[in-house]
Amino acid sequence: MENRHHALKRTRGDVIYDTIIFIILTFIFFIVAYPLYFVIISSISDPIEVSAGKVVLTPVGFTWDGYTEVFKTKTVMRGFRNSLIITVMGTFINLLVTIPTSYALSRPDFTLKRPITLFYILTMFVGGGMMPTYVIVRDTGLLDTWWALILPGCLGVYNMIVARTFFKTNIPLELMEAAKLDGCGNTKFFIYVVLPLSGAITAILCLYYGVGHWNSYFSALIYIQKRELWPLQMELRNILVLNSNVQTKALMTEEELLEKKRLEALKEMMKYSLIIISSIPVLIIYPFVQKHFVKGVMIGSVKG
Amino acid sequence: MTAEVVKRKKGFLERMRGNWDLLLFCLPGMIFTVIYHYIPIYGVQIAFRNYKAHMGIFGSAWVGLKNFTRFFNGADWLILVRNTLILSAYSLAAGFPVAVILALMLNSFRFKRYRKVIQAVTYAPNFISTVVMCGMLILFLSPRVGVVNNVIRALGGDTINFMSEISMWRHIYVWSGVWQGMGWSSVIYFAALAGVSPEYHEAAIVDGATKFQRVLHIDLPFLAPTMTMLLIMNMGSILSVGFEKVYALQNDLNLPVSDIIATYTYRYGIIKSDISYSSAVGLMNSLVNSVMLVTVNYITGKLSDNALF
Repeated sequence: MENRHHALKRTRGDVIYDTIIFIILTFIFFIVAYPLYFVIISSISDPIEVSAGKVVLTPVGFTWDGYTEVFKTKTVMRGFRNSLIITVMGTFINLLVTIPTSYALSRPDFTLKRPITLFYILTMFVGGGMMPTYVIVRDTGLLDTWWALILPGCLGVYNMIVARTFFKTNIPLELMEAAKLDGCGNTKFFIYVVLPLSGAITAILCLYYGVGHWNSYFSALIYIQKRELWPLQMELRNILVLNSNVQTKALMTEEELLEKKRLEALKEMMKYSLIIISSIPVLIIYPFVQKHFVKGVMIGSVKG
Repeated sequence: MTAEVVKRKKGFLERMRGNWDLLLFCLPGMIFTVIYHYIPIYGVQIAFRNYKAHMGIFGSAWVGLKNFTRFFNGADWLILVRNTLILSAYSLAAGFPVAVILALMLNSFRFKRYRKVIQAVTYAPNFISTVVMCGMLILFLSPRVGVVNNVIRALGGDTINFMSEISMWRHIYVWSGVWQGMGWSSVIYFAALAGVSPEYHEAAIVDGATKFQRVLHIDLPFLAPTMTMLLIMNMGSILSVGFEKVYALQNDLNLPVSDIIATYTYRYGIIKSDISYSSAVGLMNSLVNSVMLVTVNYITGKLSDNALF
């Protein structure tokens, strides 16, 4: 849109404005990009050099040790596998519940459209809170199972609204009426006409729900005590967050201190590789799906 | 005419006849929402009971406001509410304008290719998990091996133990949140700005307005409804700061500033199994949130037409 103004003469004020914006945005770009870049180069550098602050722009003393260390850590690999299963299973159930609901609520002729929509909108503003929910999850026997991470949040209201808006704007009502005349019922219409047209929204929902499952640790923290069932984020928390809070202050000899420093450095380096490995699923899909994510926000922002 | 009257007089069941299967579409989600959302709302009454697991929610003895008086008679509540409010208000005050300004800058940026790159990069941190985000913070700020302290030492300063420094904790929490969220929160404003009619800009140029003036007087006012909407939503959750990140950044040393209502609820409810007391604290929290939401919505409704409901 701004392109159209280029035909007109830019004043000196405009040039100054553009320059300042350019500088600020470039600054922001580096502020955001550098820490991410730093994690990458640190994960493949010699741990001693990293903790000595020698790694600034390029990796120093290239090594894959951090990665092999991570792959040797059984708990991490188990968590990775658990998280994959939880994410796939959870996202599948999310879709199974969300898509039919959103479609039904997108239909202007659905008699119960308003009360059911209200039923869901209300949950955004009132809730029982952590403890009553915990008690119900426990009483329904979900404690220490992956269902506790999947069923309570099987329908995200925000995602449902995004999908509903999509159906409202993308499935023409005339199509439904034509199908009805041909004797096609709602269920048939949904399966044979609506679903094949919902590729884009399915992708958006998959990503929203999938990333949510992959990144969350709150539910597991509360509902899952058995370590074999822990998702990756809980294992990560143990290594990245809890370990660092332990501060040893005992007196040590010079050599002990040096050896400790080396081990510590290796452990620190493993953390960088761990950050990369745990983000791989999201990192891989991010470039392909960024525009879908953004589209989702835009659909959601159109109040429907 | 007659057909219309007949239509209006149709009974509920008859109106449902054509689309009862649509109700089936909604049923699975509704069942789980009732079980895991509405029953817990009803279960909030454990805050007024002395909950014993073997007696269940509705069988435990009724104790009235005892759990609430215990909270308000204790020494903790003022600190908790204060910490929660400060953290939330600070996050909002820092994150909200940054997102708007970023969207305005991106929208008026001349280099479209470069803009795409900046957007892709600033959105990325949003997809980093809370645990990884906090892990990165702790790594970077670590007193012995962290980058930040390396720089400080190289410049001749003294090592700072950031994560345990009470005066730093809030700033670390808030600004790392801005770092992570600014790109993503700007998306909604950026999207809204696509709706600004180019004619406004053209007219303003003819009148001799500079680019900065146009951004300030055309683009910014255009965002007002979106801003109010998001502001109201945020005010309604002013006491519900995200548990995940606060808990992950908490340690014994920074607890005086980092203990918020949610982490307190967790500590008492899940770790100490004091379920009724913890529920009472949680309930009080939600009540304050609702009051805030309704109040802010009322005020915005009075001041402009942008109220949410």
